[in-house]
Amino acid sequence: MTMAEWALLVLLGALSLASALGLLLSRNAVYAALFLVLNFSVGAVIYLLFNAPFLAVTQVAVYAGAIMVLFVFVIMLLGAERLAPAENPPGLAYQRPLAIILAVALLAVAAWALLSGAQIEPSPSVAPRPDSSPQAMGMWLFGPYLLPLQVVALLLLAAMVGALVLSRKS
Amino acid sequence: MPALLEITLKSTALVFVLLTSFAYLSLVERKFIARLQARIGPNRAGPFGLLQPVADGLKLIFKESITPAQVDKPMYFLAPVLVVVPSLILFAVIPVGKGPLFQLASDLNVGALYVVAVMGIAVYGITLAGWSSNNKYAVLAGLRASAQVISYELGMGFAIVAVVLMASSLSLADIVAAQYPGEYGGILGWFIFRQPVAAAIFVVAAFAETMRAPFDLVEAEQELTAGFMTEYSGMKFALFFMGEYVKMIAVSALFTTFFLGGWSGPFVNELPALSVVYFTIKVVVCLLAFIWVRASLPRVRYDKLMGMGWKVLLPISIENVLATALLIALGVPGFK
Amino acid sequence: MQLASSKLRWFLAMADFVPVFILVLLSTGLALLVLLISVLFGPRRRAQNATKLMPYESGMRPIGVAQRRLPVRFYLIAVLFILFDIEVVFFYPWAAAFRALGWYGFANMLIFAALLLVGYVWLWRKGALEWESVDKS
Repeated sequence: MTMAEWALLVLLGALSLASALGLLLSRNAVYAALFLVLNFSVGAVIYLLFNAPFLAVTQVAVYAGAIMVLFVFVIMLLGAERLAPAENPPGLAYQRPLAIILAVALLAVAAWALLSGAQIEPSPSVAPRPDSSPQAMGMWLFGPYLLPLQVVALLLLAAMVGALVLSRKS
Repeated sequence: MPALLEITLKSTALVFVLLTSFAYLSLVERKFIARLQARIGPNRAGPFGLLQPVADGLKLIFKESITPAQVDKPMYFLAPVLVVVPSLILFAVIPVGKGPLFQLASDLNVGALYVVAVMGIAVYGITLAGWSSNNKYAVLAGLRASAQVISYELGMGFAIVAVVLMASSLSLADIVAAQYPGEYGGILGWFIFRQPVAAAIFVVAAFAETMRAPFDLVEAEQELTAGFMTEYSGMKFALFFMGEYVKMIAVSALFTTFFLGGWSGPFVNELPALSVVYFTIKVVVCLLAFIWVRASLPRVRYDKLMGMGWKVLLPISIENVLATALLIALGVPGFK
Repeated sequence: MQLASSKLRWFLAMADFVPVFILVLLSTGLALLVLLISVLFGPRRRAQNATKLMPYESGMRPIGVAQRRLPVRFYLIAVLFILFDIEVVFFYPWAAAFRALGWYGFANMLIFAALLLVGYVWLWRKGALEWESVDKS
């Protein structure tokens, strides 16, 4: 990779981290949601770095566009934007130690991957570039990945049922 | 890097053209509606009122920009920016003429999906404008607007899928090429003739997406005053105005590209500059239709609007996609 | 674009999107500039009283804050939007590759779409698509 490529990668990583921190530190839930939108968008640009434009645009359309709209709606729906988080919510006491353990585990895996000398730098000029065009995506989705695709359809169906059941007063 | 410089220059030119078109579109709208209502319209500022947009702009610049006490300040200022930016960046993938000189990223191989993604992002500006204003009208209008926009986005998304099916490509340049020169000869190659249902769905969704009459419920004066813009004044208001008009132009340009053969027309091979003229004429016709509809149709009721989005547009657009696929698989002439 | 062949060879997709990024920067800059113009040239009046800075609610004194709990049907609309949006996204690569997939692609998309149409019909019959009746039932 050239210097420019490294600089771009570092810059995007920093942006991604900063938006994630912004999300965690926002006192107002609407701002937190917007930081998450920013985070998803930076993620989309990182997908572009890995030559996956279809995934990048999908990330923006589905995550930044659709799912976060739901988040914003739900925050506004509950009037939750101004609520101060409860200090020690009952029933969630186990979450903090669990989060710490998981974070340490993740860091350990990342460190192991770095130290074990796994090849982290692809050789871009030599490796053949996989075809990432939408046409190729279509051939894969309806070829080798047909079963997962139909499972997704089932999942969406289940989600539809769930959404309606949850939104009703029972 | 000369390529970078070239792109920057073209983008700057594009933004300037769009700003000028926005200013004059507002005048054209007032003049045209005035004529339809047997009035004259603005005619005092300059010959035929041609300086009216300048006067309006200057007036807004020198207006006091009031920031009400109850607003959520950062978001209140961010919201108009979030409305304008998506409308402008839609143009990145639209080929406004033949040849690379008139195109920015129109050969992007995910162009059509990019359009859908950017349209989705546009919801935040209006929702947050309403929310940050902390005004009951504005909050309700912002929510109504975003619910309306996302409901019609689905219909529009499936209408574009039908176009992609016809062109076998998501690139907008390829979509134009698929309609021209066309083995079916000239104007009949346009997708409005080969995909009339998709075109109709796109038009209806376009009105809802731009929140124009008859779907301008978010600024239904009788119940919501000025909707999510109620608390905005001065140039902050101007940004919303700009966002709405630029989006109108963008949607017209998209309709031209998807259904009216884009920049194609006679003699474009001999004289490529002609293609920009054809494109402009087609976009202007679409814009005039927008205004004409505003002058002619009454506003619909909100529950009818949502019902139409979910119960009419969505199923018809999905069926249209499947029917188009069937016709292509059967190899019907015009669908090969 | 010529960028693709220059130094940024690894980031081909990135190079394709350079015009998009430039347009994003330009339009954001423009919007901020417009906001700035308003600050620079607009009159700044000392007299700011509580009535002037009150929310405009047709001349009535506002009761309570506006940012409060909202109807649940907006939630339902947003969830359904996500589900159908994901469906649309799957249609795009299929449409692009359809001529290569042929009848095989048609049959499989029919299955995919049918599963979702079942859900759609169910939603309709349950009245989830009726704007007015969602929270009554």
